Amino acid sequence: MTVLSGLYAGNVRAVLERGFKVIGTQNWAILVSGFFEPVFYLLAMGFGLGGLVGQVTGPNGTPMTYVAFIAPALLATSAMNGAIYDSTWNVFFKMRFGRLYEAMLSTSLGPLDVAAGEIAMALFRGLLYACGFLGVMAVLGIATSWWALAMVPVALLIALGFAAVGMAVTSWFTSFQQMELINIVLLPMFMFSSTLFPIDVYPQAVQWFIQALPLWHGVELMRQLSIGAFGPMTAVHLAYFGVMSVLGVAFCTVRLRALFLR
Amino acid sequence: MSVIQARSLVKSYGDLNAVDGIDFDVAAGESFGLLGPNGAGKSTTMRMIGGTSLRTSGTLSVLGMDPETHGPEVRANLGVIPQQDNLDTELRVRDNLITYGRYFGLPRSYLQRRADDLLEFAQLTDKAGEKVDNLSGGMKRRLTIARGLINEPRILLLDEPTTGLDPQARHILWDRLFRLKEEGVTLVVTTHFMDEAEQLCDRLVVMDRGRIVAEGSPAQLIRQYCTREVLEVRFGSERNAAVVQQLGDVAERLEVLPDRILLYTDDGEAALERVTSLGLQPLTSLVRRSSLEDVFLRLTGRSLID
Ligand SMILES: Nc1ncnc2c1ncn2[C@@H]1O[C@H](COP(=O)(O)OP(=O)(O)O)[C@@H](O)[C@H]1O
Ligand SMILES: [Mg+2]
Repeated sequence: MTVLSGLYAGNVRAVLERGFKVIGTQNWAILVSGFFEPVFYLLAMGFGLGGLVGQVTGPNGTPMTYVAFIAPALLATSAMNGAIYDSTWNVFFKMRFGRLYEAMLSTSLGPLDVAAGEIAMALFRGLLYACGFLGVMAVLGIATSWWALAMVPVALLIALGFAAVGMAVTSWFTSFQQMELINIVLLPMFMFSSTLFPIDVYPQAVQWFIQALPLWHGVELMRQLSIGAFGPMTAVHLAYFGVMSVLGVAFCTVRLRALFLR
Repeated sequence: MSVIQARSLVKSYGDLNAVDGIDFDVAAGESFGLLGPNGAGKSTTMRMIGGTSLRTSGTLSVLGMDPETHGPEVRANLGVIPQQDNLDTELRVRDNLITYGRYFGLPRSYLQRRADDLLEFAQLTDKAGEKVDNLSGGMKRRLTIARGLINEPRILLLDEPTTGLDPQARHILWDRLFRLKEEGVTLVVTTHFMDEAEQLCDRLVVMDRGRIVAEGSPAQLIRQYCTREVLEVRFGSERNAAVVQQLGDVAERLEVLPDRILLYTDDGEAALERVTSLGLQPLTSLVRRSSLEDVFLRLTGRSLID
């Protein structure tokens, strides 16, 4: 209990209530715009570029249309983006400028209540995006297995891993320049993690590097789920995010004092 | 019985000791002040009392608990009014009170009633459904104070409650704070206005550069560090320095400020006669009672408001 002493009041619920109240009253435009971004990507790249590319090889050698190839990758990416946005920029901004946390922390809430509540709100956003995106995939006929439904909870797992690590990393950042590092890491990760083309176009050494990054595991996992084609790597992908979430949450807990109590 | 007890309290930011080893006690039901200029360490002290800033060394006990290890429990009994309003601008006026009450784990049915009472107390009943951004500065301040009362706190921490408000809004606010005091709420007030300290505080400490330089009731401090009256004379900024030599024996003590000379004496009118009998003709002169401002000047050689 020493690590948590004075940090937790068991009232995450009040933080969530506040989040839902705000979403319910005014945040719809922002919420919806975040949903459309990957949909536009899917339509533009999938159908635009897909016409040129034709068939690609998916998990276990399964041939897939290009649209069906990138759709699960975009779902994984949007889970990541939603979680990162809420847990890094949003937390940073509210902490430094919005002063919402300062107000919350002058009540009997502890920093852990606030952090858990904010992560849960990030996951809720991820859940909405995942469900919406899956709906679009179903309408386009590119979710062909019942396993595709499992993409929703897996999107939450991916979001949890990124949100927890994102928040922990934010605890070290004090300026906008440092925050920009997050984008500098995320954009190339998105481009290279076999999102838009298969990983085997790269030399072996580069492939190993990519395979060490979290997004690649998320993308591969989603792709397998979308067509219900699994292999031994499925367990590795799941385990990667399990470990990332546990470490991220533990890390976050340790860094909470630094993050909220100055 | 003291509800707050600080011993050798220190808070450093890097090389700077924002709070540099202070000791004080606040008794239940009293109105206690921290008076000092900007940067004295008042807000930092307040944050440590609420457990939202971690002290570097020393001990602090609030209602018998350490706010660092029992933050949630300590704050359940505190009302915190920060120096800058931090109302939730994404929520309406009444929802600000209710949501804040939920952070204390209070039941919704209780909060509905309590919010209405507090809106009444803060004279904001007709603004219940308004957006926070549309309130005036005085209204925001009153809402922040109402919000701080939602959990019926035993101790109210007020960090510069009236800074930035116009005189009328200040008087409304002081009136509300008197009522709380009558109800037995312990008030801890920081301010850099001596009139506010004189109005609100039973007892206060004067802080400067992280240290406590004096302690007592406003009247005691004035008696201890000042004469009863002050004669202020102006000779014009070039001549002030020149005439100072001649004024040596006129008063018990004098302070030379850039624009005027302050002569500390128990009888200001008599001192003014002594000045004129020296053949000096001040451009303006004023006799007034000593204030905490003079105490601060005496203790630090500087004015409270720069
Ligand atoms: N978070 C912080 N980081 C670094 N320095 C700080 C921080 N907060 C306050 N300080 C410094 O500590 C000193 C005391 O500040 P503060 O307690 O706000 O004074 P006051 O409320 O009396 O005006 C100031 O010099 C201020 O710049
Ligand atoms: Mg201050």
